[in-house]
Amino acid sequence: MSAHAEAITENPMPTPRQNEESADSLLQIRDLKKRFSLSGDFLDQLRFKGGKLVRHQEHVHAINGVNLDIKRGEALCVVGESGCGKSTVARTVMGLLTPSEGEIRYDGQRIDNLSSRQLLPYRKRMQMIFQNPYASLNPRMTIQQTLEEPLRLHHPDWKRPKILEKVEEVMHSVGIDPDWGKRFGHEFSGGQRQRIAIARALAVDPEFIVADEPISALDVSIQAQVLNLLMEAQQERNLTYLFITHDLAVVEHFGTRVAVMYLGTVCEIATTATLFEKPRHPYTQALLSAIPRLKDDRPQHIRLSGEVPTPVNLPSGCVFHGRCPHANSRCKQEIPLLQTQDDGTRVACHAVEEGRL
Amino acid sequence: MALLEVNNLDVRFALRQGEVHALRDICFSLERGERLGIVGESGAGKSVAAFSLLNLIAKPGFIAGGTVNFDGQVLNRMSERGLRKVRGNRISMIFQDPMMTLNPVLSIGEQMVECLKAHRRISSKEARAIALDKLQQVQIPSPETRLDQYPHELSGGMRQRIIIAIALLLDPDIIIADEPTTALDVTIQAEIMALLLELCEQHNVGLILITHDLGVVSQVTQRILVMYAGRVIEQGPTREIINDPQHPYTQGLINALPQMATPGEKLNQIRGSMPSLSNLPSGCAFHPRCDFINRADGQPRPACTQQVPEFVDSGNCRVACHMVAEMLEDRRLKEEIS
Repeated sequence: MSAHAEAITENPMPTPRQNEESADSLLQIRDLKKRFSLSGDFLDQLRFKGGKLVRHQEHVHAINGVNLDIKRGEALCVVGESGCGKSTVARTVMGLLTPSEGEIRYDGQRIDNLSSRQLLPYRKRMQMIFQNPYASLNPRMTIQQTLEEPLRLHHPDWKRPKILEKVEEVMHSVGIDPDWGKRFGHEFSGGQRQRIAIARALAVDPEFIVADEPISALDVSIQAQVLNLLMEAQQERNLTYLFITHDLAVVEHFGTRVAVMYLGTVCEIATTATLFEKPRHPYTQALLSAIPRLKDDRPQHIRLSGEVPTPVNLPSGCVFHGRCPHANSRCKQEIPLLQTQDDGTRVACHAVEEGRL
Repeated sequence: MALLEVNNLDVRFALRQGEVHALRDICFSLERGERLGIVGESGAGKSVAAFSLLNLIAKPGFIAGGTVNFDGQVLNRMSERGLRKVRGNRISMIFQDPMMTLNPVLSIGEQMVECLKAHRRISSKEARAIALDKLQQVQIPSPETRLDQYPHELSGGMRQRIIIAIALLLDPDIIIADEPTTALDVTIQAEIMALLLELCEQHNVGLILITHDLGVVSQVTQRILVMYAGRVIEQGPTREIINDPQHPYTQGLINALPQMATPGEKLNQIRGSMPSLSNLPSGCAFHPRCDFINRADGQPRPACTQQVPEFVDSGNCRVACHMVAEMLEDRRLKEEIS
């Protein structure tokens, strides 16, 4: 196990501060970690070292101790650059990946250790929309079949007329012509396919939707249509969203709260307005300054030195210290914890804690 | 005369189902050291426009009419041999995907030296020195080691820097950049765009930047062409188009951006989607999605559905829209009367 992981166990997360939030949270993520093995199976891991046979393992540390609470009715956006673990969080929440450590609670019940049969009732309540609508629709199924499938699975007692009625209702609600039902996925444009994918997610009347970059594969004018559709659905059905994206302009518009991730850890959580008005963490500040805005001619980018380090060998201390303009020796050794500020924003940064920033 | 002048460029693709008209009547010019942005959604023809400048359109596509004048030469009537002297030398190109553009089996140094030796009679040693200098200009850390590395050893941002270094290798007059930062993260995108801008200004290199990102265009370019369904529909100085777009499509595109709406409220979407080039609506290609096809008195304007709009001059911008033309005509009449 890496030095990084040990450091975390030495500083166990204080739990009391989270309890105040837990009352109305729909989903709770506690100390979530996910590692992916790079070393292959057991025989591949064996190496000769100094005349001895030793087992050598290497891991990608995709998520390192993430704590998140998603409240009922809110849209929590997770932002970060590629490789920061935001999609891994989404997939782990949905049970598509098993966490290496940590807990996920849905409505008070632990769901990360359930078998797929036990998980079935929860799958009806939580649905997912994927990034690429060209890959997420089965090319051999008509749209009608695609939309019927989740209903047949989750409502085995429903008769055919009821299913047809429901499919038509959900098609109307996302603006799909019911005549499309006979056609196949490839006959539609990206925006239309994403509508179909949203209809499939809404068909079983879920209360919680995980959307993993649902608009980044679409054109600008279509992005607005799909984003409006997601917001309408939220108002009509009182949905809760976990919205994964790299586009901060979308977050500013869509999110209730924002969690900024860097290299598998959450570095700042705040309400959207607060985050955009007063970003605290140096990484959030750099990220916000990099959004290309229409109105300013010569923007003041905060230039970060270097690149995102590899998640195989995590840096010691704060994962951001190598690129941070405010890093000192403490940042190189000690992992910062999320600390609540006066206005409820939680920031994991020594510089903010010490008042240097 | 401008350094690059494109007149009535017309590009078609001969498909089994019939000819598809990918570009119609494209006219624009680029002065030495000027930065021009070409904006549009996918399928608008912006990449085809960029490729056709260097006659890089592959079969079944072909340039059916019009001219590309570059420094006294007509590029689309030149021989392959003549074109090779222009491509990469006087006009170089940066493509979208930095993973695909570099040759995976050659080291960075070999690729750069190869490019230099193809155009200039110099020794490998001299070529290597030039390559090293360019790598320093694009601010790559430890450039000597990079020369002997292979593309897979570098990150996406680093590769795009190397591609910019290769584009600058022969001190070109124009760089054509086709979505150079789309495959990169926001912070890396900001760095690469700042670098590209800095280098273009420093060396007085012209830039044709093709992108769908209005934010990027507004920060880098001086003039914009907005394309829709194979035509230019609006062109003019960047600031003026961003602050006061005339064409309903440009307005829609800018207003659809999340940064233009109040957080939490509905975004101003454009309804429908771009028509396919093989099945264009009659008249103005944008009319089925346009909110302004009715006159002020509520009557539909027949020209919108029947006639392709001509360019009209509105201030410093040129707009192809019947509504704008009508408005300008009204204003002119009123002024004449008073």
